[in-house]
Amino acid sequence: MKWLSSNWDLVWQLVFAHVALSVPPIVIGFVIAIPLGWVANRYRVSRGIILLVLGLLYTIPSIPLFIFMPLFLGTPLLSPVNVTVALTIYAVALMVRSAADGLRSVDPDILQAASAMGYSGWQRFWRVELPLAGPVLLAGLRVVSASTVSLATIGSVVGVSSLGYLFINGFQRNIPGEVITGIVATLVIAVVFDLLLVLVGRLLLPWSRRDSRVRARDVARSRTAVLTGAG
Amino acid sequence: MNLFFDGIAWILDSANQGGPGGWIARLGEQLAYTFGAVAIAAVIAVPLGYLVGHTGRGRDLAVSLSGGFRALPSLGLLILLGLGLGIGFRAPLLTFVILAIPPILAGAYAGFEAIDRKTIDAARALGMTELQIVGRVEVPLGLPLLIGGIRSGVLQVVATATLAAYVSGGALGVFIFEGFSTRNYAEALGASILVTVLALVLEGIFALIQRLVVPRGVVAKEPTEIRTRSSRPVAVAGLPAQEGK
Repeated sequence: MKWLSSNWDLVWQLVFAHVALSVPPIVIGFVIAIPLGWVANRYRVSRGIILLVLGLLYTIPSIPLFIFMPLFLGTPLLSPVNVTVALTIYAVALMVRSAADGLRSVDPDILQAASAMGYSGWQRFWRVELPLAGPVLLAGLRVVSASTVSLATIGSVVGVSSLGYLFINGFQRNIPGEVITGIVATLVIAVVFDLLLVLVGRLLLPWSRRDSRVRARDVARSRTAVLTGAG
Repeated sequence: MNLFFDGIAWILDSANQGGPGGWIARLGEQLAYTFGAVAIAAVIAVPLGYLVGHTGRGRDLAVSLSGGFRALPSLGLLILLGLGLGIGFRAPLLTFVILAIPPILAGAYAGFEAIDRKTIDAARALGMTELQIVGRVEVPLGLPLLIGGIRSGVLQVVATATLAAYVSGGALGVFIFEGFSTRNYAEALGASILVTVLALVLEGIFALIQRLVVPRGVVAKEPTEIRTRSSRPVAVAGLPAQEGK
């Protein structure tokens, strides 16, 4: 506590750096994952290939992935871009599975009804398929958000500023309070992000609560699949 | 890409291979952490997960526990324990045990939960005792998902074991941090390649095991979609194999 009270500025600064480091991968990862998830859901062959490749990418441990990045991007070793791209890769790898599962959870009868009512494929996707896949997408996005926020701390090992700095500095100077501050601040960011996502979900998907029993099963199943890495 | 070959050259250089400080010994340490931590975690988490899965009690707690741990920064935990327990292998091992518990717990209870209730009711109607239901019905049917949980625990630990070097706990991370502080990119890259290959090999082995443990009699079949769905319920116990694939 004593450490925290005299280092507020540093902690705030790192909190902002951490948020700035973790938001782009979550957003970009989500945007990339939707079309990939659609393709994965559309054809059986593509589902196998896409999920296999992303599963392998997700298997690459974080520090090695940060270190590989300069090879592919031509960036300097200590560049924050390495961490952003690596975290985006993880986010895509996690999210595509949820996207495919979410799109699959939409009742085919509903899609046929939409087509019968004259929706084109494009309209049907945006107005029917995507919103109905929403709850599963949201569950996936919450997992992505929590894991990205946590992984961003590793960036400090390769010299990219984040709350992980408090761990490393706290270890070198032997100040447990500093390390605890870092852990708590990371958890707080993760919880705030999670609450924001739930809030956005409530606003965008107001029907999902009414229909909650059926959805809860799909959501729980998708979450279990993500947790146990079943793929 | 030249740098990549420098990394490969570092691995192939016999000066970096043998002896207590060579990468072969460090790889062994990485594996020892992985399997040691996962074994300890399994001893704790599997019975707990089975209890939750069989009784259905404490499910919410188990779910939020396994979900919430995802946000816990492993580096922070490792360093905090390192400050408490001192440098060496104890802090990393304890960290990895803590990391491996949530996925294994989730795999254990999810494996039980994914079983069609009718299957369990049928077992009970046949006169099986609760213990028999657990041992002969739930454990075999839940095995693919349990292995899935262990697989993700193993992957998490084998990846995170790289950090052990931060508190002087050895393993392959030694070369990565050394490479960083001495600006020897080839060394850091070589060790990174080793860690990645190790993770991919373990992933492959566990994917294979997960397939092999699907009990005979459980048909691992993709559900046929769109227009061909029958209005009658799907055959019993199709779920675990599907989910654990």
